[in-house]
Amino acid sequence: MEVSAPLIKNILLLDSEGKRVAVKYFSDDWPNLASKLAFEKSVFTKTQRISARAEAEIGMFDGYVVVYKFISDLHFYVTGGDDENELILATVLQGFFDAVAILLSNVEKKTVLENLDLVLLCLDEIVDGGIILECDANVIAARVAMRGAEADVPLSEQTISQALATAKEHLARNWAL
Amino acid sequence: MAQLQPVGKKDDDREDDSEYSPFYGIEKGAVLQEARVFNDPQLDARRCAQVITKLLYLLNQGETFTKTEATEVFFAVTKLFQSKDIGLRRMVYLIIKEISPSADEVIIVTSSLMKDMNSKTDLYRANAIRVLCRITDGGLLGQIERYLKQAVVDKNPVVSSAALVSGFHLLQSNPDIVKRWSNEVQEAVQSKASLVQFHALALLHQIRQNDRLAVSKLVTSLTRGTVRSPLAQCLLIRYTSQVIEESSANPQSGDRPFYDYLEGCLRHKAEMVIFEAARAITELSGVTSRELTPAITVLQLFLSSSKPVMRFAAVRTLNKVAMTHPPAVMNCNIDMESLISDQNRSIATLAITTLLKTGNESSVDRLMKQITNFMLDIADEFKIVVVEAIRSLCLKFPQKYRILMNFLSNILREEGGFEYKKAIVESILILIREIPEAKESGLSHLCEFIEDCEFTYLSTQILHLLGNEGPRTADPSKYIRYIYNRVVLENATVRASAVSALAKFGAAVESLQPRILVLIRRCLYDNDDEVRDRATLYLNYLNGGGNEAHSKTFLFTSLDVPLVNLESSLLSYDASERRFDMSAVPREMKHQPMLEKKTPASKKAAKEAGQKAFANGHLTSSASDAYEKLLNSFPEFSGFGKLFKSSPLVELTEAETEYSVNAVKHIYPQYVVLQFNCTNTIKEQLLDDVSVVVDTSEAEDFIQVASRKLSSMPYGAPGQAFVAFQKTEGRLCVGKFSNILKFRVKEVDPNTGDCDDEGYEDEYQLEELEVTAADYVLKTVVTNFRGAWDAINAENEMVDEYGIGVRESLQEAVQAVITILGMQPCEGTESVSSNARSHTCLLAGQFIGGAQVLVRLQFGIDAQKQVAMKLTVRSDDPEVCAQIHEIIGSA
Repeated sequence: MEVSAPLIKNILLLDSEGKRVAVKYFSDDWPNLASKLAFEKSVFTKTQRISARAEAEIGMFDGYVVVYKFISDLHFYVTGGDDENELILATVLQGFFDAVAILLSNVEKKTVLENLDLVLLCLDEIVDGGIILECDANVIAARVAMRGAEADVPLSEQTISQALATAKEHLARNWAL
Repeated sequence: MAQLQPVGKKDDDREDDSEYSPFYGIEKGAVLQEARVFNDPQLDARRCAQVITKLLYLLNQGETFTKTEATEVFFAVTKLFQSKDIGLRRMVYLIIKEISPSADEVIIVTSSLMKDMNSKTDLYRANAIRVLCRITDGGLLGQIERYLKQAVVDKNPVVSSAALVSGFHLLQSNPDIVKRWSNEVQEAVQSKASLVQFHALALLHQIRQNDRLAVSKLVTSLTRGTVRSPLAQCLLIRYTSQVIEESSANPQSGDRPFYDYLEGCLRHKAEMVIFEAARAITELSGVTSRELTPAITVLQLFLSSSKPVMRFAAVRTLNKVAMTHPPAVMNCNIDMESLISDQNRSIATLAITTLLKTGNESSVDRLMKQITNFMLDIADEFKIVVVEAIRSLCLKFPQKYRILMNFLSNILREEGGFEYKKAIVESILILIREIPEAKESGLSHLCEFIEDCEFTYLSTQILHLLGNEGPRTADPSKYIRYIYNRVVLENATVRASAVSALAKFGAAVESLQPRILVLIRRCLYDNDDEVRDRATLYLNYLNGGGNEAHSKTFLFTSLDVPLVNLESSLLSYDASERRFDMSAVPREMKHQPMLEKKTPASKKAAKEAGQKAFANGHLTSSASDAYEKLLNSFPEFSGFGKLFKSSPLVELTEAETEYSVNAVKHIYPQYVVLQFNCTNTIKEQLLDDVSVVVDTSEAEDFIQVASRKLSSMPYGAPGQAFVAFQKTEGRLCVGKFSNILKFRVKEVDPNTGDCDDEGYEDEYQLEELEVTAADYVLKTVVTNFRGAWDAINAENEMVDEYGIGVRESLQEAVQAVITILGMQPCEGTESVSSNARSHTCLLAGQFIGGAQVLVRLQFGIDAQKQVAMKLTVRSDDPEVCAQIHEIIGSA
């Protein structure tokens, strides 16, 4: 009997027409672009009329368990194998959803595209090669923003703008004295 | 730049779309140009990060970079390590992973990444570890192993998790290195950080997974301690059930090791842990109703949760439980019924199918009313699931066939795709076959359906069935109109099968023959040659020679040679030489479709399907027909009479051995034929003269009378060897056969296919095969048990009482007796409601020789779990009653 840690097959962020905003696949179940797009289309069509706004919704599509949650013009999906613990998938979905909400002022397609770097980093911080890396939204958001990294950077390694800011702060303090 | 067209096209689409996007009009060529800023001596960190985002956007939209483009981008990106900007560095890590540089390029970044791995900034370290482990090959790993080992026990969770997860991935390619971290990983399991504990446990198990003892120790120590992380707890539950599965349960004490731990997890505060534990309990093999109860209780609470995910998870699990332990789920029926109106149709469908499995006879009518409304607004894929559930419900409660058949015919008339209609038609076909009372109404529903059926496949199937079943009904003439309408209205394929169906009526019902002849004659002028040919042929048969028996056999029995063989014989036949000789077509099947090699993915499905069929007690009649045909084609066995029963496959070898052999026991009134299906799984060998030598020292009632060798067995192609025995008369012959596979091995070069001529004799020990009393009993479905019981003379009744000893539960005792007798449980009496102290189970079957036999089993269990049983048997043949008692007495 093969026992495995919970595995995430993919995380999808689609817009209200089913087009890709940001996606990440962790499984070889979809070997090429065509099969990926076909899966996204299938999942989108089967869920588009469902209101998954207050609570995350769930379904079995094409032999996979998919949990999903929508907000404004964005559709968030997390996919697992047919044997996966549904509640774990939902926790990952919630982590992704909330982390994006913490990082962006306004969760809609426009802001997501404007801050696509942050959303892609979120995906990178949530799951690594199918293994759940972190699902606490606050921790994910902090890691995406590299919060906590600044303090340790020596003066000589800062960018000019940061150096200027530090200098100003010093000056201000000196002036105050 | 020609290949950039897709992106350009997308722009056209968007022209009328006023939606703003920062990536509007983005083009790969331009972005690659922009990437030159990475080479600027004065790096603009903001701009560089934007360009990386654009590159990632392109990749995410499915754009691909050529090898050269990727290399160029990669080299440019490596320059960015000069910048100290934190945000940019994070993006650099990401894009390196996305581009996944080739091995010879990796070397460029390793020094930069190794520097970051030793940085004071933990987030740099964590990311550098993840990137390096992702892109590196084994050689470099040795250099950084020391850092990774340290990182595993780092005080910052982000670093520790990065190292552990990377270790998890590396274990595939470099197991030796990762295995050396065992001590550190074990330390990390004790981490206070939730996710670190989870990652460490996953990795530790992965490292030790092939060592059963180590896994068992791990589980023993951790289930006592406190694993805090919910995710880690879920893992531990999975590992625990694996250990339970592999440890030999102690049937005497009845207590399952670690069950208490699983039950304790049901009270955990995290829902995912509660659910994981509940699911694990329901999946324990041979789970008892006492063990199930607490798990079912928490799942029942989930059913009324406000969260769809929890309702879905619970109903899906309960649905699975309902297949094996319907009574255990019955307590949830009220909650389940309220889920029929759930907004989420997946949940509603699962709820309905669960109810269909657990429902008792009295609830069927009410349930069907609710389903009718429900069917209107769900997709075809859900409807198919419901149809299948209704079919099994109908087989369980044959008395309810009227309402269920009506339901099926109603939905058959509604809109629906091919797969859905096919599922309905197949269900009706099965019901017609299994429930004699349902035949007439089923046939007329199908007749109505073909009046307006757009699917050729379904029409021909139904016409074929009408031809076989129609003539045997009370009023065959009423079907003629429906069939002849097809000749007038349909396409050539359907017309041809309609003609065949008509001919069958003509042959079987003498009073209809003149009229049928008129109808078939009209088809002689059809514009399709197949239809004309069939009409001509049938007219000849029906008018001609008067050999009625002959024309009946011709019409009603299907071809007795495998179609593949016929096809190849016809292809090699030269019309000018002589007439085609049907008897020259080889009858031996090259390989049976049932044994065809299956891909691993479909294996599971096939196994489940197999179990399903087995659980329902219906060996599909096509399979037993195929066996009979196969056996009759050999002169050795053709004189054995009518085949009474063929057993399911019994594996005689372990999986993955050199030669894979399974067996089927074919039972005849006076004989037993053992069929050995052998597959050679070694590419380098060709086996000749394959036979099975059977030792009957533990089966003295059997005398070997014939055997059949397999002349040659090449790699991968299954073949069959047979051994036949005569049974001692007047006795119920049982015994154990020990079997040895004998053959001559010839070496084959798998590349050229050449094989050496000599070869050598060899043999291979197979597992024992047992013929038991259950092999002489055929499961039969009795629709009205009471009626059938009363119909048998009460004088032919035999009653006796037996003590069965200590059993875990009544359910277990009932199951054991059913298995020994091999009979069909009736009216759902095979399942015992939980906590019941007594139970009555009804069984029906046909004993070899043809006598019907009915059994009433009354069980009782006392506080010490002593089970007693009263066995009442009725059969037309008093001898059979005695034999049933003898089976139980000697079991």
